[in-house]
Amino acid sequence: MNYIEPHGHMVSRTTADYERMALAGCVAISEPAFWAGFDRDSVKGFYDYFRQLTEYEPARAKKFGIAHFCWICINPKEGDDPGFAREVIEIIPDFLKKPNVLGVGEIGLNKNTKNELIILEAQIDLAVKHNQLILVHTPHLEDKRKGTRIIMDALLNHGGVEPDRVLIDHVEEHTVAEVLDKGFWAGMTLYPETKCTTQRAADIIEMYGTERLWMNSACDWGISDPLAVPKARMELKRRGHSEAAIKRLTYDNPHTFLSQSPNFNLPG
Amino acid sequence: MNYDASCPLTYADIVDAYFLEHRAKVLDIAAFLDRLERAADGPAEKDDFRVAALREALLLLSDGDGERAKRVLDLLSDATETMPQSAANAKFALGAAPEVGQ
Ligand SMILES: [Zn+2]
Repeated sequence: MNYIEPHGHMVSRTTADYERMALAGCVAISEPAFWAGFDRDSVKGFYDYFRQLTEYEPARAKKFGIAHFCWICINPKEGDDPGFAREVIEIIPDFLKKPNVLGVGEIGLNKNTKNELIILEAQIDLAVKHNQLILVHTPHLEDKRKGTRIIMDALLNHGGVEPDRVLIDHVEEHTVAEVLDKGFWAGMTLYPETKCTTQRAADIIEMYGTERLWMNSACDWGISDPLAVPKARMELKRRGHSEAAIKRLTYDNPHTFLSQSPNFNLPG
Repeated sequence: MNYDASCPLTYADIVDAYFLEHRAKVLDIAAFLDRLERAADGPAEKDDFRVAALREALLLLSDGDGERAKRVLDLLSDATETMPQSAANAKFALGAAPEVGQ
């Protein structure tokens, strides 16, 4: 069964991972811009990274029959330096015109700071002005609930954001209801140590339904698993969920959300 | 939210499928608490706030009420409303809020 990996940091993965994902049924990947594990020293560092996302990764994915899409932004961690972040934001509009770009993301908060919020608000405005989808990163530990609430306030206070064009990622049991109730899409990140396990993701689906919800592996440079989505499908199957429900979560839902961008076209 | 009867497996199926894995996780927690007592510099006079929060979470698991995962996450959440100006004045995320269990 085909699936979409809607949040995978492929710049951190080997080519063998692309092959394994293709063998497991992955037909498309959407890759948000994120923190590379170190703070970049110049705007040029971001320029090179955005080229990697818009030129090199699509070519690498294509060899395995996987369509590669991406999101452009300055991540919340490096957004904590507003002067530098504004310089990076200046080069983003040119990249939003690239054919595999789906929107602005993953923007959000990392340590719930005022500086991060300034840059989050600037990038929400950038997305609205350029009619782009938004992909949101939420903090990972004790700061998640607070951060998720501040982010949702910023999105709704802007006035120009349509919640069904925004996906708020890394939800867990204490944030999923608020995100869905406000009309946003929600993403569950299957991550072995923090975030959500496949069993808990299946539990959340059972309690909150399959509407406006997706699952992703993140598969970044941390301890993570590029096959987490197919493993979550196995978990749902083991519990007796229907093929239709599993397809809805791992193919139809990401397809529906991402198709709001005119750039999201899958061959066939 | 749909809570009652939302998992398609029967009670017996759930026990058969998951019991051993969670038995092992309980043993891990037990051994972790033992390890703290066996620390090279002796057991702490006062629990680290994270350990205190974990002990509180363990009590919550056996209080008989539902939505345990959500309630544990709420218990471990930062409940303050203030925002530091920059990450330089922000604390490192450690998995529990210092206020819990104090
Ligand atoms: Zn990410």
